[in-house]
Amino acid sequence: MIELENITKIYHMGKVEVSALRGVSLDVQQGEMVALIGASGSGKSTLMNIMGFLDKPTGGKYIFEGVDVSQLNDNKLAEMRNKKIGFVFQTYNLLPRANALANVELPMIYGGGSQKRKRAMEALERVGLSRRANHKPTELSGGEQQRVAIARALVNDPSLILADEPTGNLDSNAAAEIISIFCRLNQEGITIVLVTHEMDIASQTKRIVRLLDGQIILQENRGD
Amino acid sequence: MKFIESLIIAIRSLTANKLRSSLTMLGIIIGVGSVITLMSVGEGTQAMITSTFEKMGTNVLIVIPRSTEGAQSRQGPESEVITPTLTLDDVKALENVPSALAIAPVNNNIAQVAFGGESKQARVYGSSPGYQIIGNYSVASGQFIAETNVASRDMVVVLGSEVAEELFGPDNPVGQKVKMKEQRFTVIGVLEPKGGAMMGLSLDNIVITPITTYQAKLFSQQTARGEDAVQTISIQAASSEVTDEITKDVQNILRKRHHITDVAKDDFAVHEQAEQLEMVQEVVSIFTIVLGAIASISLLVGSIGIMNIMLVSVTERTREIGIRKAVGAKRRDILVQFLLESAMLSLVGGVIGIVGGWLLSLLISLIDISGITLQTVVSPAIVILAISVAVFIGLASGTYPAVRAARMNPIDALRYE
Repeated sequence: MIELENITKIYHMGKVEVSALRGVSLDVQQGEMVALIGASGSGKSTLMNIMGFLDKPTGGKYIFEGVDVSQLNDNKLAEMRNKKIGFVFQTYNLLPRANALANVELPMIYGGGSQKRKRAMEALERVGLSRRANHKPTELSGGEQQRVAIARALVNDPSLILADEPTGNLDSNAAAEIISIFCRLNQEGITIVLVTHEMDIASQTKRIVRLLDGQIILQENRGD
Repeated sequence: MKFIESLIIAIRSLTANKLRSSLTMLGIIIGVGSVITLMSVGEGTQAMITSTFEKMGTNVLIVIPRSTEGAQSRQGPESEVITPTLTLDDVKALENVPSALAIAPVNNNIAQVAFGGESKQARVYGSSPGYQIIGNYSVASGQFIAETNVASRDMVVVLGSEVAEELFGPDNPVGQKVKMKEQRFTVIGVLEPKGGAMMGLSLDNIVITPITTYQAKLFSQQTARGEDAVQTISIQAASSEVTDEITKDVQNILRKRHHITDVAKDDFAVHEQAEQLEMVQEVVSIFTIVLGAIASISLLVGSIGIMNIMLVSVTERTREIGIRKAVGAKRRDILVQFLLESAMLSLVGGVIGIVGGWLLSLLISLIDISGITLQTVVSPAIVILAISVAVFIGLASGTYPAVRAARMNPIDALRYE
């Protein structure tokens, strides 16, 4: 599904050039659950942003479901983010003034489609939060907020969920719950790429990719 | 994204910051309100002048003296500027003009009229019976000035309804004696109210006397040759088609009488009242435009306020923009969202401003400073103009902030703290 070939990314910070990625090649198959691990600054978030069309690589080739991403314009990329990708962030990134249901409806506002309310409720049910649909983010615990974020990522039936340190701000109970949700979704057939620096979370995935200084230094396939 | 959804988003974010939104709107409210108020005063004045001219009579020609030296110094009030050149003999000579329904000399000035303990300042006209037709006056009681009154310089007056009411209240003034310039005049008639006003001067606050009496006892004025002067001569034309013809006849007769061979040396001029109306209206419309332009300055200040607030709002909501872009919002979606917000601010502000300005103009029309009132008219054209200007301002001042929001890089926006 994802074919990354020799991806590089250079940031310009004033006059200094920073190489965040130095030639990363990685394939992710449909239905996989992959953990990207590495110290901070290793380039794992940059890689994830590129996979999710939030950022453009400086060099290299990115084929997503057979489409060369570098050929797409901004509008097309926005559409791809909307239809194909679900994002889950460390800081949840919910709209503070909207309740859980409205937050989950957000991608459908930009993607169109009918029965927004019903589909949003279904997504909340999948993360076990339908009872809290009318609560605002400030009235929810961290774990609950992250579950709202997952419901939002799910609502447009994406083929790929990208999660950037999804448990970074959570206690271990909540973190375990979030990870179990990801595992369940993966069993239902959704491809998941997880960025984390916690080994015990990474160890629950089938494949671990370790980055250091913008390069992949180790790939482990586990279990089956 | 559907328009209605963008609209809901815009309304939500505006109501989330009520104080800020209302203060921003206040700028537009004041701007639009003052445009409406000032323009309504201008239009009202114009309407008032038009209706006054209509009440003063239609298809009326006026002969006025004209300075032959070209020294038209503007010092005194009205026709006293120029040395009078017309006389009662001129009036008599013009009586033979065909197609003229009526002809009358018209002199006027301001005088104090008194009866018993009451007194009132009024405009005094010296004229002849023809003036009833020309000025379109109806007599409520008694009679208008007659030819015999003019011939024998009778000390008689006809009172305008306002003067009659002020001095006599409910009593009938006919037969009573009023005092002007220490002389007594018998009231022979009272006019029906006309209800118009010319720049605050009521058309009912008048006194009419025979022209001969006016010349001899009230305000005497002489031509260069020492004859009793007539300030203006009014001629009622049968219809607007014959005014040109009458003008020509008048010019021929007067040139002959005044021994003028060179047209450029005419010591008189013939005006149509319609021309005068046009002239006055032109002046008033310039005055209306100037008022509107002054009011527009506050509208400009209001629009700067909108831009300022929208820029703050975009910066404040950088993270929100990032989130929206991450879940699939296109540049256009973000652009429309912020443009709608500023357009709504100015539209709602504009509507409130229109209502406020309209109320204020109503209030202004009720104010009466020593008999001088201002008429105001809020026309649909002004309202439509104000609304479109308000929305235009909202869009114009919202464009830069909205473009800035739309161009944000989603990664940077999401990282923004």
